[in-house]
Amino acid sequence: MTNRATPDAATQIEIYRRMALIKANDERSRKVIMNGRLVMPYYSPRGQEVIPSAISVNLTDEDYICTIYRGSHDQLAKGLPLKDLWAEVAGRTTGTCKGKGGPMHVTYPTKGIMVTTGIVGSTMPIANGLAWGSQLRGDGRVTVASFGDGAANIGAFHESLNLAAVWKLPVIFVCQNNEWGEHTAYDKTSNVKVADRAAAYGMPGVRVDGNDPFEMYAVANEAIARARAGEGPTLIEAMTYRFFGHVFGDADAYMDKARKADAMANDPVPRFRASLIERGVASEEQLAEMEAAIEKEIDEAVEFALASDFPGVEELKRDVFAEEMA
Amino acid sequence: MNAETTMAPENTVKAAKANILQGINAAIADAMEEDDNVIALGEDLADPEEGGVCGVTRGLSSRFGEHRVRSTPISEQAIIGAAIGASLVGFKPIAEIMLMNFTTVAMDMIVNHAAKLRFMSGGQTHVPIVIRTMTGTGFASGGQHCDYLEAWFAHTAGIKVVAPSSPKDAYGLMRSAIDDPDPVLFIENLPSYWTPAEAPEKGHRVPIGKANVLSEGSDVTIIAYARMIQEAMPAVAKLKEAGISAELIDLRTIAPWDKETVVNSVARTGRAIIVHEAVTPFGAGAEIAAVLNEELFGKLKAPVKRLGGAFCPVPFSKPLETAFAPQTADIVAAAEAIIKS
Repeated sequence: MTNRATPDAATQIEIYRRMALIKANDERSRKVIMNGRLVMPYYSPRGQEVIPSAISVNLTDEDYICTIYRGSHDQLAKGLPLKDLWAEVAGRTTGTCKGKGGPMHVTYPTKGIMVTTGIVGSTMPIANGLAWGSQLRGDGRVTVASFGDGAANIGAFHESLNLAAVWKLPVIFVCQNNEWGEHTAYDKTSNVKVADRAAAYGMPGVRVDGNDPFEMYAVANEAIARARAGEGPTLIEAMTYRFFGHVFGDADAYMDKARKADAMANDPVPRFRASLIERGVASEEQLAEMEAAIEKEIDEAVEFALASDFPGVEELKRDVFAEEMA
Repeated sequence: MNAETTMAPENTVKAAKANILQGINAAIADAMEEDDNVIALGEDLADPEEGGVCGVTRGLSSRFGEHRVRSTPISEQAIIGAAIGASLVGFKPIAEIMLMNFTTVAMDMIVNHAAKLRFMSGGQTHVPIVIRTMTGTGFASGGQHCDYLEAWFAHTAGIKVVAPSSPKDAYGLMRSAIDDPDPVLFIENLPSYWTPAEAPEKGHRVPIGKANVLSEGSDVTIIAYARMIQEAMPAVAKLKEAGISAELIDLRTIAPWDKETVVNSVARTGRAIIVHEAVTPFGAGAEIAAVLNEELFGKLKAPVKRLGGAFCPVPFSKPLETAFAPQTADIVAAAEAIIKS
């Protein structure tokens, strides 16, 4: 890669803030479910904090993302307010979607969070349409489609990457390769790297260490710049690791213990924190203060959510169509 | 497939006679003329690809540009996905899935996404797309090219389903479908494309959810749509000769269907026959019959009768294909039978 972009000090701190927010929110989510205060399907993004944090600092609120059921990290990095998120996952009327979508369908167009889907492989086809809209309007916006390594084996992946390349759409396909598609290891489901498939569509494909904020930032920066310049899509395969199984409650007995221990010992969040301090980019006090503010904001969001009203049953007839049903 | 059209899109609306294909073409052209946000995509859609395999969209890309009328790869999921995405940011895409059987390839995008995003987002987003698709028996295309699958979509909350039977309705329903803020599946009967009839007027709208009483009668109500109207019209005439007064309702919209018109009619006649080309079990006729039973139990003079396609894949061999779908004689016989009962 030429002219590799490097995040400046303020951007590095902002990347870390988003990572710390995702980590703290994940820890709280698991705690709140474990304590029985909330029942929801929960897909932990713990271990994958760097990817959306380093990408999203290259985006504006006007840029679009489509993400998946394991998507709270993508949503928070893109600027979703904690209160709106917590109220939604608690099924309350104050949530992003009035509690009608839940954790797998969080939507927040104000920050460009256009679709969260529970169907593996469904972000890419819709992301193309958002990007087509930007192309038709010439508004300079880009769309990021997030998905896991498992989604790379669904037909929609092929259809969408091919169409995006042929139409030169301003879209960035981000495969968060956490090594696992549900309970099956990626190397048992494909003989090639996800990034290498890009060649088949005539678009750049890059495999990057998705747990390295500098690498992730540089690759995202270049892909986003290409898309904005009208030069078409990029496929990024960001290598990472899923700390807590597929869904909350999954005992992850199928995952190799040594590999997991190794990944957790290399937890990207404390690693980047230490690096910021060691390099003098931020002080211990500064980061501790930031983390305390995040905890406080989460406290408030959780209590706000749990104190909010549930939607009334009349909501069953609303939002099915524009006109309320009889 | 026979693309024997000689249409010239710019005069279609002025002519006294037009066919369904021309009605659809004119509706899309008029909508694109009025609103830059109306865009179209699908396989072979643009003029270098002949404006669709039957020429329904012929002339549109030359007139409005290939950025707005785009031919796509043969990728149904990508087609519907692109339509959905563009609709989320203010466009009004018309996506063609060439044949109705090919919608099966895109069911995730249609059912899980297009139909549900408004609800799942709590009304923050909505999906104003039109999905055009053609189908219908009669051209000996066998088991995978002519199914009527409207019940699958009518069974999904969040998507509307229309099936016009005339050029006027094709134009008017297409304009309404494009205007509609929610996804609309627009079913085109392929063998009827080239049948001439009264031409539509520019700007005309046929409301979605409103049936059309084609013939008034007092003894029996026949409820049909799409090509089955062509089988039912002669049946009404034959029944009249036999002294039976049949009311014919063209449903036009399958979801949401016009309960008021249908129930009021059957309340008067006391007898109902529902006719569709889709297979009978679990079809639209089953839903209509159930509602008639709920609303009119005790007032019905005979059990509601359903006439639908045979419960088998559409056969190739001509006599079998002909026997597959309800015909005029079947409708006449059914009416005579329930009146005698």
